[in-house]
Amino acid sequence: MSEYEAVIGLETHIQLNTTTKIFCSCKADSWNEPPNTNICPVCTGLPGVLPVLNKAVVEKAVLLAHAMHAHIRPISYFDRKNYFYPDLPKGYQISQYDMALAHGGYFDLPMPQGYVRRVTIHKLHIEEDAGKTRNVNGQRYIDFNRCGVPLIEMVTGPDLRSADEAAQYLIRLRQLLRWLGISEADMEKAHLRCDANVSIRPKGSTILNPKTEIKNVNSIDAVRNAIQNEIERQIREVEAGRRVEAWTLDWDDETQTLRKMRSKETEADYRYFREPDLLPVRLDDAWKERILADFPELPLARRARFVDQYGLPEYDAEILTAERKLSDYFENAVRAYGGDPKKISNWMMNDVLRLINERGLDPAAMRLTPAYLAEIQGLVDAGTINLTTAKALLVKVEESGSSPSAIVEAEGLAKVSDDSAIRAVAQEVLAENPREVDSYRKGKTTLMGWFVGQVMRKMRGKADPNVARQVLEDLLKE
Amino acid sequence: MSLTLAEVEHIARLARLELSEEEKIRFREQLSAILDYAARLQEVDTRNISPTAWTVNVQAPLREDVPAQGLPTSEVLSNAPQVQDNQFRVPPVLEG
Ligand SMILES: [Zn+2]
Repeated sequence: MSEYEAVIGLETHIQLNTTTKIFCSCKADSWNEPPNTNICPVCTGLPGVLPVLNKAVVEKAVLLAHAMHAHIRPISYFDRKNYFYPDLPKGYQISQYDMALAHGGYFDLPMPQGYVRRVTIHKLHIEEDAGKTRNVNGQRYIDFNRCGVPLIEMVTGPDLRSADEAAQYLIRLRQLLRWLGISEADMEKAHLRCDANVSIRPKGSTILNPKTEIKNVNSIDAVRNAIQNEIERQIREVEAGRRVEAWTLDWDDETQTLRKMRSKETEADYRYFREPDLLPVRLDDAWKERILADFPELPLARRARFVDQYGLPEYDAEILTAERKLSDYFENAVRAYGGDPKKISNWMMNDVLRLINERGLDPAAMRLTPAYLAEIQGLVDAGTINLTTAKALLVKVEESGSSPSAIVEAEGLAKVSDDSAIRAVAQEVLAENPREVDSYRKGKTTLMGWFVGQVMRKMRGKADPNVARQVLEDLLKE
Repeated sequence: MSLTLAEVEHIARLARLELSEEEKIRFREQLSAILDYAARLQEVDTRNISPTAWTVNVQAPLREDVPAQGLPTSEVLSNAPQVQDNQFRVPPVLEG
């Protein structure tokens, strides 16, 4: 069997998280709302209405285009894409065609194997979404809530070479969209939709063979599985001496199989022309500068910086930059602490992330602020509390909102390193356990850990275990 | 006569219209007459004029991202020939 490589391009539709729709003031997000409740004459295509462009849509699209290193056109146009379908009340979709907001650009994907895959961006434009249709008993029901919800359509070049690379593209795109604050990017809620074009060729070849298009892939796992399935099917076809036909395939997540969709009898004929109801978007330098003024450091750049500047392991840096608010939290805590950043990272990777995940917290709104986390590590460094106390303290701060020092003070959590108090308790322990003392003195020195544990237990963890060990050794020598 | 019968059939298909043979011939004449009329624009010499979609050089009016009340569901559905469960009901459409 010869070696093949896959040639994959992805077409994504990204639902922007604006408050209102793209051309009218209806609420954009209708998740879990009854059908036909967020609609108006504009988005239902009643005669005589005029669209008015939502400024926030342009601004969010500019942020994405900039992150993709795309060229942003100072003047871009809207066009009508004409087709007849019941979920499209106007009979056309307002989209962008040959003079879209942006063109060109690329997205770099660091792969877990260590190499970077550069994906070119073919198309990046703004458009409106269509409504939803549902088939019930041979009838079709239509809900127009989704009509006019703003989308960005972004299409890659045929640059991805495996199902894993395609999955990685979506993982990094989702991270970026949330980082930029322009989309919730939840694939289950269809904020991020993906179609995949797949073909294969002998490894090293540069030809482009007929491709199939996979529709209806609604999760990152589904994208990976559907593409892997299709690559294997195409290899089987070619090995058997058959041709790969340019089919459209539908992914069935339940059975994990691809199904050939009914082929269209006629080529699509969208008869694009300039949208006469909308003037061109003029993005002058002043407006563009305002939009990009707060452009954030992007996740991959921040990840690299965390490794360089704080000496974090790649693994820590990856997890801490998964989400922007989390990475901001970490960095604020490091600044407030001033000591070894790895100590803060350890807290983040274990206790803080667990707290966030278990309780569904927003890192930016936690009562355990970055400054309080730094304070807790400071108390550990000063020997005021031990690690066990610190872990419990972290939860107490989150629950009460009081400062760590105040809680230590109020609850008497400070470690007892005073010899006399520990000595008294140690004497008690030895007096209560003559058999263990006897065994120890006869050479079973491994019992020391048990003695220390007893002292710690009696002192509710407040004793300094090193001091306790010292005291016990002294007493047992007598 | 600038349109062929096949072109009329293609346009009808795009609009999901079923035309009788008599209608195809009639619409071919009517649509061709409209196109012939518009084709008079081709006589203008535009060699030194760049393609123009708009003649006004102004920024598109933009809207702030602030929600406003739309239409009540009942009003939106009031013109629909068929309604069920607050949704428009239409016959299934054949693809293609
Ligand atoms: Zn509306």
